[in-house]
Amino acid sequence: MITIKDVEHVAKLARLALSDEEKSRYTKQLAAIIEHFNELKAVDTTGVEPLAHALPITNVLREDTLVSPPGRALLMENAPEQENGYFRVPKIGD
Amino acid sequence: MKYEPVIGLEVHAQLKTATKIFCGCPTTFGGNPNDHVCPVCLGMPGVLPVLNKRVVEFAIKSGIALNCSVAHFTRFDRKNYFYPDLPKDYQISQYSQPICNNGHLVIGGKKIRILRAHIEEDAGKLVHAGAAGLHGSDYSLVDFNRTGVPLLEIVSEPDIESPEQARLYLSELRTILRYIDVCDGNLEEGSFRCDANVSIRPVGQTELGTKTEIKNMNSFRSVQRAIQSEIERQIDLVERGERIPQETRLWNEATQSTYPMRSKEEAHDYRYFPEPDLPPLVIDPAWIKALEATLPELPDSRRRRYMEICHLSADDAYVLAESKEMSDFFDRVIALDTPAKAAANWLIGPTQAFLKESLIDFAQTKVTPENLRDLVAAMNTGSLNSTTAKQIWLDLLREPAEVSAVIEQQGLSQVSDETKLRSIVWQVLSDNQSQLDEYLKGRTKIRQFFFGETMKALKGKGNPQIINCLLDEMLAEAASAVK
Repeated sequence: MITIKDVEHVAKLARLALSDEEKSRYTKQLAAIIEHFNELKAVDTTGVEPLAHALPITNVLREDTLVSPPGRALLMENAPEQENGYFRVPKIGD
Repeated sequence: MKYEPVIGLEVHAQLKTATKIFCGCPTTFGGNPNDHVCPVCLGMPGVLPVLNKRVVEFAIKSGIALNCSVAHFTRFDRKNYFYPDLPKDYQISQYSQPICNNGHLVIGGKKIRILRAHIEEDAGKLVHAGAAGLHGSDYSLVDFNRTGVPLLEIVSEPDIESPEQARLYLSELRTILRYIDVCDGNLEEGSFRCDANVSIRPVGQTELGTKTEIKNMNSFRSVQRAIQSEIERQIDLVERGERIPQETRLWNEATQSTYPMRSKEEAHDYRYFPEPDLPPLVIDPAWIKALEATLPELPDSRRRRYMEICHLSADDAYVLAESKEMSDFFDRVIALDTPAKAAANWLIGPTQAFLKESLIDFAQTKVTPENLRDLVAAMNTGSLNSTTAKQIWLDLLREPAEVSAVIEQQGLSQVSDETKLRSIVWQVLSDNQSQLDEYLKGRTKIRQFFFGETMKALKGKGNPQIINCLLDEMLAEAASAVK
């Protein structure tokens, strides 16, 4: 059973700040989703391999050939903060 | 009470490809920050990773060399966590179906099982501004050049029984990966990294103790020392009746001890799920066979051959097989009918010393197998003495040349002509009459002086055996003349 603690844990892992109202709403919604999976679980899947990918394709590979990078000037255009060619990020908390 | 350590190692080996695992950016070490990045490895929205074929080939080769079974079906998973060195906020790795499983290495007769080896992408590098470490810095700088560099993570079972065995396992693993040319094994540049899981238990107990994970060791010696220090710390805790907390600890080279890494509150909740951007891999047995055929003879097999067929000692066999280049060279020299022991002595003694001194690899030297054959032959026929031969060899390691040409050009050929040597010894004895008188009175140590003077006259190139025989003969004659 999904509890408000689970929702808080998942929200923290996903870096989401939820209000109390959202927490209780999501607890109910997630519980309904999990409940639905329990229903699916009732289906007999003996002998069915777990699905690894949604498309029936395998082995999409590229050769080990160099492609020149577009250059950092272009790539850093959208960086909120930068310094000496580095992306600058806020203090990393514990 | 007596305790035994239980050690498992996780190695991250950087695969030696030209480009990254999922994009065409170069994997070259260094460079200006963020020069080797593109939208794919920066994890920009809408991009699609495409797996580098050579990464798969290198992983398969490694699996074969590490006695693993290579999976016929393997896939990728997302490992989710937030850290600024990870631009996508997840790492593409392999979780439930890794490419290699159930291998082993034999270290000094002990089988160390390898649980798995899987492919994953490396993260970026953080620079913490205004402080030596993360703590105390106001902000951090990120260089994503290393992001997406292909890694093979090789996880051993907790079968390792001592810090020394851990070092030997790592050394063997590195040697093998270098032999099969999938990893350069450079510890300083981080292309071969190791974390250790360490626990202790009373001897005889089968249940495992609480383990700690040790990180931040950048040499084989520091791995050995870090594990030793951690074992001692754990025994100390247990003896004092304290509990060992499960935690990650960092090795401090300066203090030669480990200290706890500050734990993340929600650590190790990675919520792995199948990577939707990458289709699974089906590995045809024919592909594995084709790659297996490209593998060279591995170090363990070479060592056994050197001991059993060439009759070398275990120590010599280990030194020779340490690098593929030297071992290949040795094989070519003995294929030229050079006595194995003599060839091995040259490669192990003077060559190792030279490599250590000049900080280069054997591959960077200029010598040819024919050089060594000729040198050994010239010594065997007596046309070179060992001092001169050593000088020639050291020159050959630096500059390409022919042994016969060097001997001729530099007039280094050993003087073995008996008539010539006899006249020089006679000259030395007659020029030093007072010393000869002393000798005849019983100061036999003076014989060494005559030998030295003779060699001096020959600029060190005299054949020492013949000179000794002649000295014995002529001194005996002088002695009987006095009587």
